[in-house]
Amino acid sequence: MALEYFDVAVLLVVLSLASWLVVKKRSRQSILWLSVFTLIYFGFYRNGCICSIGAIQNVTLSFASPAYTISLTALLFFVLPLGFTLFFGRTFCAAACPLGAIQDVVIIKPISLPKWLNKTLGLIPYLYLSLAVLFAATGTDFIICRYDPFVGIFRMDAKFHMVVLGVSFLLMGMFVARPYCRFLCPYGVLLSWMSRFSKWHMTITPSKCIQCKLCANSCPFDAIDYPTNEKEVLKSGLGPKKFLTYALVIPLWIAAGVFVGNRSHTFLSKANPDVFLAELLISKPEIKNDKDNIDVQTFLSSGKTLETLVSEAEIIRHKFYYGSMMAGGFMGLVIGLTLLNTVVFRKRQDYEPNRSNCLSCTRCMDFCPVEK
Amino acid sequence: MENNKTQNRRKFIQNGVRLSLLLSLGTVTAAALRKVTTDDYVWQIDPFECTQCGRCATDCVMKPSAVKCVHAFALCGYCDLCGGYLKPDSINRDTAAENQLCPTAAIERRFIEEPYFEYHINEDLCIGCAKCVKGCTSFGNGSMHLQIIHDICVNCNECSIARVCPSNAIKRVKASEAYLVKGDFSRKPKA
Repeated sequence: MALEYFDVAVLLVVLSLASWLVVKKRSRQSILWLSVFTLIYFGFYRNGCICSIGAIQNVTLSFASPAYTISLTALLFFVLPLGFTLFFGRTFCAAACPLGAIQDVVIIKPISLPKWLNKTLGLIPYLYLSLAVLFAATGTDFIICRYDPFVGIFRMDAKFHMVVLGVSFLLMGMFVARPYCRFLCPYGVLLSWMSRFSKWHMTITPSKCIQCKLCANSCPFDAIDYPTNEKEVLKSGLGPKKFLTYALVIPLWIAAGVFVGNRSHTFLSKANPDVFLAELLISKPEIKNDKDNIDVQTFLSSGKTLETLVSEAEIIRHKFYYGSMMAGGFMGLVIGLTLLNTVVFRKRQDYEPNRSNCLSCTRCMDFCPVEK
Repeated sequence: MENNKTQNRRKFIQNGVRLSLLLSLGTVTAAALRKVTTDDYVWQIDPFECTQCGRCATDCVMKPSAVKCVHAFALCGYCDLCGGYLKPDSINRDTAAENQLCPTAAIERRFIEEPYFEYHINEDLCIGCAKCVKGCTSFGNGSMHLQIIHDICVNCNECSIARVCPSNAIKRVKASEAYLVKGDFSRKPKA
């Protein structure tokens, strides 16, 4: 299949071009056209499969399952955007992601969300990522692909509830800009880690910020950090004491997360068809007489014994036992660190893009009056 | 001066974290590369494990399904009373529409010589419901079987039929050997 390798080449070209347009050329117009190309090629022509977001699961499964070997194209789709982001910021989100592109073109009147809401909703991607990795690692499901809201629009064909989901995301996206990218996308989590430490992240101003405040409300994603007001900080009582308290509770958050993971592993493991079938056959033995239950009837006629099925299900549940606790611990750590971040005071003199949340869409640049 | 120091420390930390992120990304890639294949994967039905449950027709993301019936002529008995073509409980043994198994009349019956008939599948009409496959497997040689047709299949990262397949008959196969055809395995079905 040469087309898959052509896709990788296209991705590489789009990423390079996007990075150059964002960091060097600083042209919103070109980025817009490039994202329209991405939308048409990766979205409507290639039907949005395979994408970098879903490739997380392929990489996870290749580590978790000895039988699964990952295809080179899936691995490249996973790695290339992350590598680019580490140097140029999230230019992938700006122009190379079809899911981002379709949301970007419907932004009409973006509203600014309060900071606490932004932060709270911003935790959802971490949860989504941990669940996606958990389900992929246990060989249960690829939830990122299954609940991709836009793939149905790209294919012009999907189950009714997925169409409703996709359309409502687009409708919401008219006012809350790019809701999937900001409050769901699990790949965005990895990208934000990379972007935070990127070498040549885009800047709002081409030379020196004159603090004219013109860009302050230009970002539809609330990703511009304002200059710090030291008086306000003094009043708020931030200090080493508060920082230490928040830092010391992090282990408690992790412990709480592990506990929640431990409690929920039985529930989560029911998503696995083998576990589900085994539980069903044990809890409701009369289901064996249900001629309409295809799964049960197929199992009964397969010649496999219930003992084999149960022991297989137990192995999977065992994986869920450790996986859920790890996912829970990770979520606890994330919550703890997010809270810690709220009491950290960073001196900032200028209007700057928030490197982890900035999608490098370059809208703010048009508002900057400073000449190069 | 002090400001410079903070700047330098911040820069140092940033560079350090960037380097470690780069290293971890490299490690993940290298680890994944050990299990990489340059041959892409596609989904295919193992006809010997298929139990003809009918979900291929209902659960594919494509409408109609990318799963179609293919016919291994080398295995076919060319019967007059074809278990894949005629309903087993029909009142009259004739080829009237109400006696045909296929809900979309996708099977075309051609006369060869007494008493032999050849059965052709019209792929454009076939919806992959496996009714004929079930009939053929139960009463005949099993020459009719289901395959995912790759010029229709969009090759989802996770096949939505594979997820619900009760016998786990749908597997990832290498794209260079994309079909698991019964009978003559070197022959690929007409694309």
